[in-house]
Amino acid sequence: MKGYRKYFGKKIFWFIITFIAAVILNFVLPRLMPADPVAGITSRLAQGVTDATAVQEIYQRYAEEFGTNRSMVEQFFIFVGNALHGDFGTSFSQYPREVSDIILSALPWTLALQLPAILIGWLLGNVLGALAAYIRKGFDKILMPVTMFLSAIPAFGMAVILLVVFALTLHIAPSSGAYGQGMVPNLSWNFIWSVITHYQLPFWSVVLVSIGGQAVGMRSMSIYELNADYVKYARFLGIKDRKIVGYVFRNAMLPQITGLAMSLGTMMSGALVAEIIFSYPGLGSTMYDAVTSADYPLISATTLIITIMVLISTFVLDIVYGFIDPRVKAAQYD
Amino acid sequence: MKNTIRQVFHSPKFLVGFIIFVAILLLTIIYPIFNPGNPLQQIGLGTFAPPGTYVSLYDAVTTGTSTFRLDDAEANRLAQVLTDDDRISMVNWLTAMDVDVSGLDISDTEALLEVWFANYDSTARPEGMTNAQRNYYVRLNNNLLSMSTAESLTVTQPDDEGEPEEVAEISDTDYVNVNDVANVITLPLGTDNFGRDVLKELVSAIGTSLLIGLVAGCIATFIGLLLGLLSGYVGGVLDDIVMFITNIFTVIPSFVLLILINYSIGQENRGAMVVALVIGLTSWTWTTRSVRSQVISLRNRDHVNLSKLSGHSLVRIVLTDILPYIASYVVMAFILQISSAILSEAQLSLLGLGPKTTEVPTLGLMMNWAMLYSAHLGGKWWAYFPVIGVIALISFSLNLMNTGLDQVFNPTLRD
Repeated sequence: MKGYRKYFGKKIFWFIITFIAAVILNFVLPRLMPADPVAGITSRLAQGVTDATAVQEIYQRYAEEFGTNRSMVEQFFIFVGNALHGDFGTSFSQYPREVSDIILSALPWTLALQLPAILIGWLLGNVLGALAAYIRKGFDKILMPVTMFLSAIPAFGMAVILLVVFALTLHIAPSSGAYGQGMVPNLSWNFIWSVITHYQLPFWSVVLVSIGGQAVGMRSMSIYELNADYVKYARFLGIKDRKIVGYVFRNAMLPQITGLAMSLGTMMSGALVAEIIFSYPGLGSTMYDAVTSADYPLISATTLIITIMVLISTFVLDIVYGFIDPRVKAAQYD
Repeated sequence: MKNTIRQVFHSPKFLVGFIIFVAILLLTIIYPIFNPGNPLQQIGLGTFAPPGTYVSLYDAVTTGTSTFRLDDAEANRLAQVLTDDDRISMVNWLTAMDVDVSGLDISDTEALLEVWFANYDSTARPEGMTNAQRNYYVRLNNNLLSMSTAESLTVTQPDDEGEPEEVAEISDTDYVNVNDVANVITLPLGTDNFGRDVLKELVSAIGTSLLIGLVAGCIATFIGLLLGLLSGYVGGVLDDIVMFITNIFTVIPSFVLLILINYSIGQENRGAMVVALVIGLTSWTWTTRSVRSQVISLRNRDHVNLSKLSGHSLVRIVLTDILPYIASYVVMAFILQISSAILSEAQLSLLGLGPKTTEVPTLGLMMNWAMLYSAHLGGKWWAYFPVIGVIALISFSLNLMNTGLDQVFNPTLRD
């Protein structure tokens, strides 16, 4: 178990380190800025309030709530302590809702939308890329420019295009939300069907964008592998083409998994912005609402949750990679 | 060097990408020469004027006219006035009165009117039709009749006593030459929600977004290159520290950092260049990693060791023995940085965290405005589609250039 233990130990160590760094950054970055956040909030809230003592009172209240009148270190431990309890304070814009409550209602939608969409896009992209590398000729000539152009369209752009074409022009899909207006979430067939139809456009906009990027990478990876010496050697030995392609695909897949882990953050942020276009009630829309209504506690909590989501997904991918990578396995037998 | 450049331009992919990119760049330089002025000037009062040529009605009245008698003029005029709802109502009335409307195309105005005038009878009482509905048909019929027997329009202006005085009489056969009208404006992409010329705004936005991409790309590449060279070549504790920081920032999504920083800076202080700086400062990790691994593989080559033995300084070794070998990677990373910076700006702006809105347009801000005013829901394609197209085209051209370079410098990838 030495090889695995070393690999996983290293990964867990890095997971914890990045986790701590993320929490610190989330706390420090907004406070590093020269502008006093409480003053900003007060000036926004106190618009039209002429009484100076009233403004002073508003300032005091939020300074108390944020603890800005305490030292940085003290503030940090209060922040961490509260975050551990899942307490992110009260939302400004949806007062008196708890921030954690808002996040909890948005999180499942984002998870259900992004995880399958990114995985399926990644899988389809890899298959297409490998096919393009293997078949070459016509398939490659047509497919590659198309996928390259697809990957150049930003996720929100793809979302707008799908929305206009399928929802507003062809009327075959609903245009916004996660379920029909006026519906109350329940387990009836009607509701589930509504969720499924509303799911299609956001889902495919993420899938189409990720297909493009992955296919381009997989294609060059596979071409590289197809030209490798072991392939030529296998051909000399007379091993069947199909078997060789299997090996090539497996070897080309490994860097693609690392690639997925590395680009997960970028893909997720693209998908989050695409949520806004469909008013999908996930974290992206929550963040948008929070920014437009200057809801500071909500922004802070959303960014933290998104970071944690990316960290955990990357960690899981790293673990999966460890089981697949033959080099880690080889270290096992040393 | 010369040979490498010639080789690069022989790559068809690079060439296509380069041509598209240069064309976009030229557009931002040349268009303002022909159409100068402030791109943020609100020329229109309403929102979302559709693309087309607008002729001043005021000036057209006093412009000299020519007379044309065109056979289809009347039908065209009617077709313009008759809405789709009206057409459907007409067919409904006809069907209610058992008139055979099979094979009648409602978009064929002439045929529809022929059947209508032949069969309409204001005294008829189709079954199941309310009084209000019958009155609607009477009004519709009167409108149609008055349109078909066109009378001249008279334009008047109050004179000194306030009595209307005739300025011009316009008959239905009067035409003016567009070239003779004093004020004509062509808006190839219409106006946006603020009544600004979208094309002018778009060209200016492309310029700003490219500049943001360039500045952010330069900053990110510079930091990435510096850290990568140092940590790869010097190694040791320095390498450990740099890699520690790099590893952390590769996993923490830069988008989240961008949101936090941009929100904290505040709307007032967020100029386009500040946004570019922030994007540059959060996106150097990729370059650092790839430069470092390249440098490590070069570090123990013979020519580097020879330089070391000759007592060359660290700066000189890095500049002459290492940098030339990784230059192609750096250029490729730089190209990708530009395209991802443009995308980052657009996404930030969509969230409402882009550059402040009063100074310059950027592609992201235009998209943000279009979405805020629901251009996509109202079918105002000219306000958002060109923006998406341009963003896609810029990334496409940069990606093509990158792939082309990749194939030139990695012979195993060549077709």
